[in-house]
Amino acid sequence: MKRIVAAILAILIFIVLALAFVKIPFGNINLSDYHYYNPITDKQTSDSVPQHYLVDGKKDTGSTNIVTAVVVDYRGFDTLGEVTVLFLAATGVGSIMYIFEKEKRRKVRRANAVVETASQLLFGFIVLFGAYIFVHGHLTPGGGFPGGAVIASAFLLLYLAYPRFHAEHKTLNVAESLAGLTFVIAGLLGLLISGSFLYNFLPFGVPTYLFSAGIIPVIYVAVGVKVGSELTGIVDAMMGVRE
Amino acid sequence: MDLFTLVSLILIIAMLIAAVVAAELKDLLSAAVALGVVSLIVSILFYILQAPDVAITEASIGAGLSMAVLIFAIKHTERWEK
Repeated sequence: MKRIVAAILAILIFIVLALAFVKIPFGNINLSDYHYYNPITDKQTSDSVPQHYLVDGKKDTGSTNIVTAVVVDYRGFDTLGEVTVLFLAATGVGSIMYIFEKEKRRKVRRANAVVETASQLLFGFIVLFGAYIFVHGHLTPGGGFPGGAVIASAFLLLYLAYPRFHAEHKTLNVAESLAGLTFVIAGLLGLLISGSFLYNFLPFGVPTYLFSAGIIPVIYVAVGVKVGSELTGIVDAMMGVRE
Repeated sequence: MDLFTLVSLILIIAMLIAAVVAAELKDLLSAAVALGVVSLIVSILFYILQAPDVAITEASIGAGLSMAVLIFAIKHTERWEK
């Protein structure tokens, strides 16, 4: 009986989702064909917010990756909130795991030689790839959040291969605090210079170059370091064995 | 039927099978691995739907870190479902 109810519920949810997805125009659409109601001028207009982002995004922010332009520049304040939520989640995990600290098993088994050697070889490359993702966030797909997650998964590999390995808590805390401070200071400098929080005050440079797009790469490197150290802290709280 | 639709269909069917296996298995550790397979196939689907940034995030968070959380929970409770 329970299984039948669960199956019916799942099918109902699927139908509702499918009906919602039918309306979304995926793929190549001509945005100027769509008309939106502008409440200020009380007219139908073809100049919509998504069209503005796609057409003028590169000019406004200097970033060739429009997703990054939206996440860090147009909606930068939301990203600050998102980073704060992740910080609170990491703090919560740390404080809950602190209770279990004493009960952690002392006896640990070594991983086999293949895992140990492979993780030694791969660790540097995975960290390098994560750093590449967040340093090039304004040029290629990716950014601070995926880059930080990739770096944390590299540390997870080390925790799995070497059960006695643990990252220094102080180093993680310092990296995380400095990254958070960089984000807020970049925002406050924008407030000082032009009167709006997170204003892109640095010169844009030439799009498609590494040093371009003003403060976007600075903020994304900070976000990458912050997310990486937070997720590594969570992995450490769960996997690490204290002597 | 073109190649894109064929590959997508195969991936979606494999994903559904992995999801049902994850729900039905009594061995929770194997169920967690099946869940990781679901995440991996979802990330490949994101990639062929031209969202590589979402694919990277899904692969590292879904197939990597959340698996670690699940395995940690199984290690501290019980492996077999009653």
